[in-house]
Amino acid sequence: MLEVRNLHVEVDGQKILRGLDLTVRPGEVAAIMGPNGSGKSTLSYVIAGREDYEVTAGEVLLDGENVLEMDPEVRAAKGLFLAFQYPVEIPGVATMTFLKASVNAQRKARGEAELSTPDFMRHVKQGAEKLEVNPDMLKRPLNVGFSGGEKKRMEILQMALLEPRYGLLDETDSGLDIDALRIVSNGVNALRAANRGFLVITHYQRLLDYIKPDVVHIMSKGRIIKSGDASLALELEKNGYRDYVADAA
Amino acid sequence: MAAVQETVDQVKSIDVSEYKYGFVSDIESEKAPKGLNEDIVRFISAKKNEPEWLTEWRLEAFRRWQTMESPDWSRVKHPPIDYQDLHYFSAPKGTSGPKSLDEVDPELLRTYEKLGIPLREQEILAGVEPSSRVAVDAVFDSVSVATTFKAELAKSGVIFCPISEAVHSHPELVKKYLGSVVPVTDNYYATLNSAVFSDGSFVYIPPGVRCPMELSTYFRINDTKTGQFERTLIIADKGSYVSYLEGCTAPMRDENQLHAAVVELVALEDAEIKYSTVQNWYPGDAEGRGGIYNFVTKRGDCREARAKISWTQVETGSAITWKYPSCILRGDDSRGEFYSIAISNGMQQVDSGTKMVHLGKNTTSRIISKGIAAGRSDNTYRGLVSAHRKATNARNFTNCDSLLIGELCGAHTVPYIEAKTATAVFEHEATTSKISEDQLFYCRQRGLSGEEATALIVNGFVRDVLQQLPMEFAVEAQKLIAISLEGSVG
Repeated sequence: MLEVRNLHVEVDGQKILRGLDLTVRPGEVAAIMGPNGSGKSTLSYVIAGREDYEVTAGEVLLDGENVLEMDPEVRAAKGLFLAFQYPVEIPGVATMTFLKASVNAQRKARGEAELSTPDFMRHVKQGAEKLEVNPDMLKRPLNVGFSGGEKKRMEILQMALLEPRYGLLDETDSGLDIDALRIVSNGVNALRAANRGFLVITHYQRLLDYIKPDVVHIMSKGRIIKSGDASLALELEKNGYRDYVADAA
Repeated sequence: MAAVQETVDQVKSIDVSEYKYGFVSDIESEKAPKGLNEDIVRFISAKKNEPEWLTEWRLEAFRRWQTMESPDWSRVKHPPIDYQDLHYFSAPKGTSGPKSLDEVDPELLRTYEKLGIPLREQEILAGVEPSSRVAVDAVFDSVSVATTFKAELAKSGVIFCPISEAVHSHPELVKKYLGSVVPVTDNYYATLNSAVFSDGSFVYIPPGVRCPMELSTYFRINDTKTGQFERTLIIADKGSYVSYLEGCTAPMRDENQLHAAVVELVALEDAEIKYSTVQNWYPGDAEGRGGIYNFVTKRGDCREARAKISWTQVETGSAITWKYPSCILRGDDSRGEFYSIAISNGMQQVDSGTKMVHLGKNTTSRIISKGIAAGRSDNTYRGLVSAHRKATNARNFTNCDSLLIGELCGAHTVPYIEAKTATAVFEHEATTSKISEDQLFYCRQRGLSGEEATALIVNGFVRDVLQQLPMEFAVEAQKLIAISLEGSVG
């Protein structure tokens, strides 16, 4: 279980998260929606362990263990994966090289044997096919010159290879056309499993037509202000955030 | 992929203050007394039984040197060197002419084994797999003690031997070409080298011959207060080809050690020389104490039409590097290339680059330089591209990229461009970047540690140049890159 308890976070003295509580259970897809500046991306970064965020109170528990003091790579090996809103370019490093380095780094950290090159290649090839990732892309430097859609598909491919316990999807739908949205969503749905949870951060209901959430949270000013089932997202789409945000104020 | 992992393992296995090759082997050496004067120059020459013309050549250089001053135009800083406080000759005892490896001091062989250069194995391996042969002319301090594959090379007419031997066996070649690329008067350190050079490699590839194996030399500085003054001379006759590899390690010392080598390359008509260097001499401790002063003059002369010379270097070591492997593009349609990775960490200072001097028509050159600065180091690229009046249609492409790691290092690019013909086309691109927090976080989120992430990103940054290296060197270079950046993260 991934639990966020009474999380308070500041950046440069400015309060971004103000006592946020959230639970994602294994097998569950939880969606977080909210207006710009409500702290959604901050939440995903803090869970993944990015520096520059000051946690002033609260905990993030992965199966009861507080991860806030752990290095990002330790959290990754324990099964936290963040699909970035803006995937980062690594010039000169072939995508395949990067994928293998990350998979093996995590396996090593968990005390598992490294995958042999043929096994690994087969793995990647299968995953790439499902996400309609062109094999040529795997030879190119990671994310360099990739289109918006290619970058997002590559994020999902990485998630498929790393098989995390919890996937955090930070506005994975941004910059996607309708076809790419479908491909990416199918990729995520294929990874849904009883022992795996997802936290899907998005502005739009559109994504949730493809990735059906079990629970929807509305976030405003650094807190969850309302939770409900999938119908809450539809309601939001119709009425906008205004009513809920006003309630919270 | 595997190499990246290997680099990382290696980084982990090494303690920050512990230099991998910091051991001293226990071999008696025969030294000249400290100091430098005409008698010492004569002593060195006499020790090597040199002909009179060479003794005179050295003495002339020495006299010239006394009138010169050390250059002060580069960005490097160091206390003045007391040239009277150095030994200018040191030879391991009892190595005057071993006939085979069996006659070589076993202690010496063990030293090489520690360095990962098992000569015996290489000799045996070579018989098994001819495609990956590497001939090694090992320089231990100042005297070449073992030369392998000589017979094999002789079959194709290739001469590969210590230059001290070539002076006797091929005096006409040495006399004709020695100092013909780097004149005795060239610069302070080259002139000093001309006066006191100890030994080095001599290579001659006859017309039309493609050298059947990569030639390789491992230098190692191993004696207290021994200046190291190699002299290398490579001649590729018409239509020939040779690839030469040079790799270096040195044991840890408290005092600065001076290294002033001279390398001369001559490529005649249609000949090609590829010269690769991996240099990881002791860079000094965390405060910059100790470490090698590497003041080297390397120059290639594309003397005739369609000759080609290519320099590839991976520089990770030395306290101070002052080095500008250059090409004189004299022959029409000749080509010069320079590919460089220069990494500085701790308190290291690097002032390195190249000169491409276009003299002939339709000459082309290409410069790819990757500078990486970490710690409190300073890393300067200094390059000259010039076209003579008669060098019509000269072309150059230069790309200089600098990567900064941390807040306390510096990267500088100082290009000089002189075109005296309107037909020259010179392009220069330069970038300076930092490993961003975004890149590091992204890699770490995928499970790589900070050091693994840095090694990966840096290897990506230098990929264009690594690809120029022969395979076995590329792997070693990747290891070195990770080792030399160790401790630069975080």
